[in-house]
Amino acid sequence: MADVTLQNLVKTFDTVEAVRGIDLQIPNNEFVVLVGPSGCGKSTVLRMIAGLEDITSGDIRIGDLRVNDVPPKDRNIAMVFQNYALYPHMTVEQNMSFGLRLRKVAKSEIRGKVQRAADILGIAELLGRRPRELSGGQRQRVAMGRAIVRDPQVFLFDEPLSNLDAKLRGQMRIEIQRLHQQLRTTTIYVTHDQVEAMTLADRVVVMNAGRIEQAGTPDEVYHQPRTRFVAGFMGSPAMNFLNCQVTEENGHTVARLADGPALPLPAEQAARVRSYAGRTLVAGLRPENIRETASHDGGNSSGVPHDVSIDIVEPLGRETIVYFRLGDSTLCARVGTEVHPRAGEQTSLVFHPDRLHLIDPETDLVL
Amino acid sequence: MTAVPVTSATSLRANRRWALIAAYACLGIFVVFFLFPPYYMLVTSLKTNAEIAELASNPWIVTDGVTFGHYKHLLTESSFPRFFLNTTIVTVVVVAITMVISVLAAYSLARLRFWGSGVLATGVFLTYLVPDTLLFIPLFKIVGWLGLLDTYWSLILVYPTLTVPFCTWIMIGYFGSIPRELDEAALIDGANHLQMLLKVFIPVALPGLIAATIFAFTVAWANFLYPLAYIYSESEMVLTVGTVTTLIKGDVFHWGGLMAGALLAAAPPVILYAFLMDYYIAGLTSGATKG
Repeated sequence: MADVTLQNLVKTFDTVEAVRGIDLQIPNNEFVVLVGPSGCGKSTVLRMIAGLEDITSGDIRIGDLRVNDVPPKDRNIAMVFQNYALYPHMTVEQNMSFGLRLRKVAKSEIRGKVQRAADILGIAELLGRRPRELSGGQRQRVAMGRAIVRDPQVFLFDEPLSNLDAKLRGQMRIEIQRLHQQLRTTTIYVTHDQVEAMTLADRVVVMNAGRIEQAGTPDEVYHQPRTRFVAGFMGSPAMNFLNCQVTEENGHTVARLADGPALPLPAEQAARVRSYAGRTLVAGLRPENIRETASHDGGNSSGVPHDVSIDIVEPLGRETIVYFRLGDSTLCARVGTEVHPRAGEQTSLVFHPDRLHLIDPETDLVL
Repeated sequence: MTAVPVTSATSLRANRRWALIAAYACLGIFVVFFLFPPYYMLVTSLKTNAEIAELASNPWIVTDGVTFGHYKHLLTESSFPRFFLNTTIVTVVVVAITMVISVLAAYSLARLRFWGSGVLATGVFLTYLVPDTLLFIPLFKIVGWLGLLDTYWSLILVYPTLTVPFCTWIMIGYFGSIPRELDEAALIDGANHLQMLLKVFIPVALPGLIAATIFAFTVAWANFLYPLAYIYSESEMVLTVGTVTTLIKGDVFHWGGLMAGALLAAAPPVILYAFLMDYYIAGLTSGATKG
């Protein structure tokens, strides 16, 4: 086990700069998830750590060793790929033991390690089968088994659950979590799925256009996003953005939403944004902070009701997603199942300002 | 409501039956057409010389009694066993040389990205398109210069010029269709290039390898032009030319012996194809659609 350090990591493909200076310190035992949209450079970072891509500039350290020029096999890492990358002509046991056999580990030791990994992953009865005789979930377990037997310093996962159906993905997420709790190996996990990021990570690293937008605990990146990108990327349905102005009304600092209500700001936030008074800012409000009138949950007594016209209703069973228009913008709200809004209906929704994010449109930074 | 799908299902079934009947009819004609020459060879090889020469006899069946005399003569009183041995040596060595060169070349062209590898891969294939009827004259010079004329070693030297380009091309396609993650997994598992080739690429690309082997085997076994041009002594001859030159004396054709020789010479490729046909088809089609 080891910590991993990335220093000013840059990667260019011909003229395209895929990774533009990444600095990241991953302490021993930590589970870090790199998340971001397609093409943000997250997989490239992982592949550079694995040694599968050359580094254009910067440094990668695993433990005390600078590994820039160390071949993948000597980095003491194991990687799980999106499409499993199992050797189709080998049995599960041979797949898992391949790396150990190449390293000329004693046969009895190999057998023990494979058996232990198979037991951990619940694939002991599959050891004699070939990959084509396995389901997607079983294949991914074998791929993880192949990583475990090597006892690496660092686990690298490259979107390992993307090829699985939703139910299986949920199960495998739990297994990966359990595995990490058991093995405590430093893990770097790449995904574009924010649910995986939120549920698995000790620390989420949100990437965009080759840069780190924010690194923090799942809670931090969700509740205290540092940039508009992070605020919009994390959370589903995505955060609502609309223009607003900070003004003083009746002795309170309020954010007046365009064509919407004026939301009184908490004292601390009010102090931070008072200097922006009179300027147009972007207000970010998550769908769960716009609720139905009937709701009294969460102590959000400071909610401001506002009449809106319902556009589209998506009942999801445990909640209902409601899209409505506010001026020129379409916003999204999450309401309980006890209310039954209908498309085209006028209704009153309550805007809760306690989680309102105010963003400077010039810098895209959350204030 | 329900009547419509039933009708369409019935007509679909009828359609399918007619399609099958038509397909079998075509296949039947095809089989008769292509199996006629071997049948004619077999029948002729079992006839006595007198019956073959008799113009009034029925050419399609043996009427004067079956004889194995032609086979006996070929196997015990002619150089046919020598030709067979020479052909086997040439074929085995050519197949071995071809596979070693083309597998290594295909691996490097498909996987080791280097400057000009794409152009080189196309170039390899283009060399295959040069007909051997044009190549045998300059190659004659080279073979003569090397002092290999009139030995079957000339064939071992020359045949790979026909087999290596095509086999390399098949293997490039096959290796190219192996997902890159597989190499990367092997790389992380600690494999070097040779281990990756031997333990991952070759086993995964086995159908392609077999297809290439069959191709090289067929070329080396059945080539007529090169042995005709380069070999003159009976002791060095291979089946194709040997059978013809020793069984046609001037204007006398020993049809029975020729047919028996042709049948025996065709047996090894037929046996090989019969066992490996499925692999051959899988190999060719996979190479064709990817890479």
